[in-house]
Amino acid sequence: MKEELRLTVNGQAYELYIKPKTLLVEVLRDHLGLTGTKRGCNCGSCGACTVVLNDMAVKSCSVLALQANGGEVITIEGLANGAQLHPLQKAFLDYGAFQCGFCTSGMLMSVKALLDENPKPTTEQIKEGIDGNMCRCTGYNSIIRALTAVVKGEYKEEK
Amino acid sequence: MSKYSVIGKRVRRVDGPEKVTGNAKYTFDMVLPNMLYGKILRSPYPHAKILNIDTSQAEKLIGVKAVVTGKDTIGRKQGIWRRFPELCDEEILCRTKVRYIGDPVAAVAAIDEDIAEEALDLIEVEYEPLPAVFDPLEAIKEDALQIHDGVELNINVTRHIEWGDVDDAFRHCDYIREDQFKCSSQAHVCMETHDAVASFSYDGNLTVWTSTQSSYYIQALLAGMLDLRESDVRVIKPHTGGGFGSKFELDSAQFCASLLSMKLCRPVKIVLTREEEFTATKRRTPMYYYVKLGAKKDGTLLAKEVKAITEGGAYTAMGATALYLTGFFSSLPYKYPNYRFDGYRVYTNTAPTSAMRGFGGPQATFVGESQLDMLAEALGIDPIEIRRKNGMTPNYEVPGQAYIQSCGLQQCLEKIEAHIKERGKLPPNRGIGISAYGFMSGGIFNWFDTSYAFSAAIVRISIDGKVDLFTGACDIGQGSDTTLSMICAEELGVHLEDIRIHAADTGICPADLGAWGSRETLMNGNAVKMAAADAKRQILEFAAAKLGANIVYDLDIKDRWVHLADRPERGLSYFDIVKEVIRGKDGEVIIGRGHYTPHRKGMISPAYSFGVQAAEVEVDPDTGKYKLINVATAHESGTVINPLGIEGQLEGAIMMAAGYGFCEDQPMDAGKILNPSIADYKLIRSLDMPETKILEVDTYEPEGPFGAKEAGEGLTCPTAGAIGNAIYRAVGVRINELPITPEKVFKALREKGKQGK
Repeated sequence: MKEELRLTVNGQAYELYIKPKTLLVEVLRDHLGLTGTKRGCNCGSCGACTVVLNDMAVKSCSVLALQANGGEVITIEGLANGAQLHPLQKAFLDYGAFQCGFCTSGMLMSVKALLDENPKPTTEQIKEGIDGNMCRCTGYNSIIRALTAVVKGEYKEEK
Repeated sequence: MSKYSVIGKRVRRVDGPEKVTGNAKYTFDMVLPNMLYGKILRSPYPHAKILNIDTSQAEKLIGVKAVVTGKDTIGRKQGIWRRFPELCDEEILCRTKVRYIGDPVAAVAAIDEDIAEEALDLIEVEYEPLPAVFDPLEAIKEDALQIHDGVELNINVTRHIEWGDVDDAFRHCDYIREDQFKCSSQAHVCMETHDAVASFSYDGNLTVWTSTQSSYYIQALLAGMLDLRESDVRVIKPHTGGGFGSKFELDSAQFCASLLSMKLCRPVKIVLTREEEFTATKRRTPMYYYVKLGAKKDGTLLAKEVKAITEGGAYTAMGATALYLTGFFSSLPYKYPNYRFDGYRVYTNTAPTSAMRGFGGPQATFVGESQLDMLAEALGIDPIEIRRKNGMTPNYEVPGQAYIQSCGLQQCLEKIEAHIKERGKLPPNRGIGISAYGFMSGGIFNWFDTSYAFSAAIVRISIDGKVDLFTGACDIGQGSDTTLSMICAEELGVHLEDIRIHAADTGICPADLGAWGSRETLMNGNAVKMAAADAKRQILEFAAAKLGANIVYDLDIKDRWVHLADRPERGLSYFDIVKEVIRGKDGEVIIGRGHYTPHRKGMISPAYSFGVQAAEVEVDPDTGKYKLINVATAHESGTVINPLGIEGQLEGAIMMAAGYGFCEDQPMDAGKILNPSIADYKLIRSLDMPETKILEVDTYEPEGPFGAKEAGEGLTCPTAGAIGNAIYRAVGVRINELPITPEKVFKALREKGKQGK
């Protein structure tokens, strides 16, 4: 039996029929083709599948899609404004805050939610904010430097 | 001002915009029309005979399109040491015997992953369990069972390295010590698990998209295992979510997806689960070390004798190379006049061990640097001083093994010495430990038995001046696409944005051994530089004629300006001249070719990099818990191509190497790995990551492109040793077994307390 799911992803409304056991990450990747969101562990430990759901960073492998019914999701595909990169994306580029890139989408969504909630986090708060996102390449410090630069206002959002 | 216009600048990665927008496509993201999904059935036994496999029920399940077992293969065994047929010992789909928990026995292709998973449950495998052996020290005994027929004492590979007269030298030592160490395993934990999409077409061509460190190796190994002509197999590496040594051998996802696709002529995708990734892909080689070290009273090292027994797991894999390299790395970075290594790689009924970032170096360096500190203390010599006294210097020859050209070890020691002074007097229970290392810039050995150059590149310049660079190098996150594009732009005298790189697609790129052994910057960089120089020469020939310059003048290109080197104002636009060159060549585009294979550079590597690291820890003497406060690294890697890239390599290496020293481990019970998930496998996350300090030392490597050498793996070598030495300096206990867990520190402190009473 399939059930109806209505949700908004990156500003676009969708109406789908899905099996109740379908995960949010499966809807995003397999049904909507938004493959920027990754899966690394399927148990909520690595954070590669992080998206923003109703202004909160969630691990989309640990959320049933139906739990997001009526909700608003932002994925990595919704971070840039068309060809105009988000300040966080620019900072990640300038500070080398990624290497293989597989954790990057989830990492960026976690830090977006962090900064939306608290625009002036301390270094310790930044570290806590990304502790649920595993990165095997960078050693995290470049990510912290990139965020610190954004927090200091080195990157302005272009309209 | 820098003499370079592109290299040495902090540039954004060429693959960056695609990655930060989520637009980069990985094998994991690929979907092809008419594609099926595959799953692999694996042995639950560490050692068993396969009596029968009944796939009939699975085949009947609606949605299942094919089931394959060892009977569907041509019955070959594969291995990456192709020069030695006896070391090609892995069937991938086992026909008669399984040798570890996770050995593949069957694979299914179905219309979705759920059905494929369900079908695995319907395959009935009749096993006859056999006794099993898990520890190499047990497996090497006379009465141990044989894991591979005819392999005496389960010894898979032996390695002997010797120079000087070790026995005589020990007779002249004032002080000799003998110690034992045990180095643990480590999982690569790439964010993207092993995966592949294989598509066999009715015209007999196989195309495989896969997350790999070497598309060429996978092409050649697949062709061998499937009885296809090598060039009929095209392997394409899309963006790849990490490798760290785990992805340059043929794996079960690649092989099973290909086999299923050949049976069906439909694309088949297999993605290993995280649990399979932990239990059924390869891992860092655990090693037992027995080391004898002798010195004069003044700290001059006279002789070192090393015996190592390594846990091979079920198959050879790249573990043979890890044995070979740990033998050589145990001598780095010191001038031992007399040295002997005897290594034995022993088969066990555990998951096969192989390459992981550092490739035998982290083990050798932990052991060597721990023991050197013990020796220095016994002789009353400062740890920096003993390293300075014995450390390698430029243009040093390791007898019969290696020729070290550039070497900045001594400057690194100075910088670390200054750093330690700067930290001042430390509070109680805090200590700084140091550790020095050396590492190779790519291996010279050719056990893969290729007739191709180790690296090659092609540069194509089109009519608008755009440069297409074709290379087999594999960017797995380390940044080789950016580094090589920068080398190409520098040599040609154009801008980075003029280059478009096409890499790691065997259908269009020249062969390259791939991203392992820290070889891409030096080896592929040399090939790219040569290809760019070849294209540039063609432009300059035409420009010389056009400019009518006196032949005594040299021509050059900088910043897209073709000019007389001594009179830069006399010149022409690169774009204009390229158009005319092509017209002058009867319309042919400009093609430059380059290749590189090391010659006359000894047995190991064409170049070596060096460094010294200082780790600062704070130990809680009541619990043994400790915190990494700061890790400072002085290192040299020749000319730095992209400083941003080096920083990333360095900090990432510290995270991985500190994890090896501090917490990462794969405990087993009767061959079963007990922590096969990211929740249970402890690694360093943002909150545990220490602050890092990078102290650059300038060197220039004559063998490298623009003087560059490795920066990828060497930095994984020193950290575990530095942590061990730091703990000793903080609380006076020495841990000889990795990882150095708080529990081990606690037990050692308790033991020390007892002795003190």
